[in-house]
Amino acid sequence: MDKVVRLVSERGVVLFSKSTCCLCYAVKILFQELGVTPTVHEIDQDPEGRELERALMRLGCKAPVPAVFIGGKLVGSTNEVMSLHLSGGLIPLLKPYQALC
Amino acid sequence: MGLRAAGNLFQLPFKQKDFKLPNAYNINLTCTKATSIISSRSMDFPSAQFVPSRTMGNYEPIHQIGMWGENFKSIDNPDISASVIVDVANKLENESETTSHEMLAPSSKHDQEASKPFDKIQRRLAQNREAARKSRLRKKAYVQQLENSRLKLIQLEQELERARQQQGLYVGGGLEAGHLGISSAVNSGIAAFEMEYERWMEEQNKHMCELRSALHAQISDIELHILVETGMSHYFELFRLKSNVANADVFYVMSGTWKTSVERFFSWIGGFRPSELLKVLVPKIDPLTDQQILEVCNLKQSCQQAEDALSQGMEKLQETVSASLASGQMGQVTYIPQVSMAMEKFEALVRFVNQADHLRQETLQQMSYILTTRQSARALLVLGEYIQRLQALSTLWTNRPREPA
Repeated sequence: MDKVVRLVSERGVVLFSKSTCCLCYAVKILFQELGVTPTVHEIDQDPEGRELERALMRLGCKAPVPAVFIGGKLVGSTNEVMSLHLSGGLIPLLKPYQALC
Repeated sequence: MGLRAAGNLFQLPFKQKDFKLPNAYNINLTCTKATSIISSRSMDFPSAQFVPSRTMGNYEPIHQIGMWGENFKSIDNPDISASVIVDVANKLENESETTSHEMLAPSSKHDQEASKPFDKIQRRLAQNREAARKSRLRKKAYVQQLENSRLKLIQLEQELERARQQQGLYVGGGLEAGHLGISSAVNSGIAAFEMEYERWMEEQNKHMCELRSALHAQISDIELHILVETGMSHYFELFRLKSNVANADVFYVMSGTWKTSVERFFSWIGGFRPSELLKVLVPKIDPLTDQQILEVCNLKQSCQQAEDALSQGMEKLQETVSASLASGQMGQVTYIPQVSMAMEKFEALVRFVNQADHLRQETLQQMSYILTTRQSARALLVLGEYIQRLQALSTLWTNRPREPA
């Protein structure tokens, strides 16, 4: 859990993913379209992956990936990200982290 | 009209044991003599080929009637009475009793036929008609019984599967029986869904009617709001049903098997594409305020982006499954590892289907927030009608006249 907290407070937009997970890939694509480059942690490639997975699940991520944090706060999994985006609430959250182009 | 009636009266349900008919008859009936039939009992028939079918066990005289009808067209006097018909039957019966495999020579035999009593014939015809009617009723009852049995069978299968799962038992033992158990769970899941979907469609049509009349009547916004909420919940219910059957068989949902072919044509990950839906709905819900137009525009864009993300995720899934299956050397005796790897990937497919339905649900929800109650009601109506039109197109397409190959 400590590691999770540490990782998410480091950068703005953090995505916990697995390299084999195609739904995680979809979330990455979405962020890309919105002009954001999240910090991605592939937990299946992390030696402490198991611990991370357990920690994420304890935080409420059933899946456990994809898990999205913005500004240190848990947004949720794909459902929450999609709902937030459709309601127009995602982009304001991402504003400070969007690439300047 | 009388001619056609004549054709119908004269059913020719010849059982082979009753009438020994030659293969073909030439029967002559001239129109000028039609009115004098009752009195004189002498007739000439126009040339007509009457070919009784050899397989007449089922009382199907339709093509014979057709032939009769065709030939009666040439007759000027439409009032040909039943006695004409009777006399023809009379004639035919006599032929079967006297000669066989002979062509009728009408002129010489007329007086002979006319003298036979026709009560016997009438009775025979009536019996035949009655027997035909009874046979049709029996067939109808039998088909009804079959339909009921089929439904009962589906129910029993479902019950059996439920009982099995509760007890954790499979009939017999070993992998094979276990496999059987799993596939029947799939079947019962699908059967359950199809029944539920049928009910859902009936409910949907009822909702549509209620909405339609509510919009025309002067009901309060509060009452209308309740109807809108009911309509929305109904769609959410469908997503829930789909989620259940996706766990049983995700490809069933992906293929949209329960839908009409035109609906499937427009399908995206097992259902309608939210952005497409917005394109259909929005022009029909005029007038929108500027604020609403902006919000709808943003919603459309968000939908589009979410859809793109999911579509690309699906493509990635295809690539990884394909790569798994193709890995290693081809021409090997066993490819179980590759197939097992691919199987794991398919678990993700269920998540995608659920995600797509979630997107549809969110789109409907957001629209209900942006629009007024009245506008939402209208939107639901438009959506329902659009789906009905898709289904109608499907039916029309399936039944379109086609050139024989």
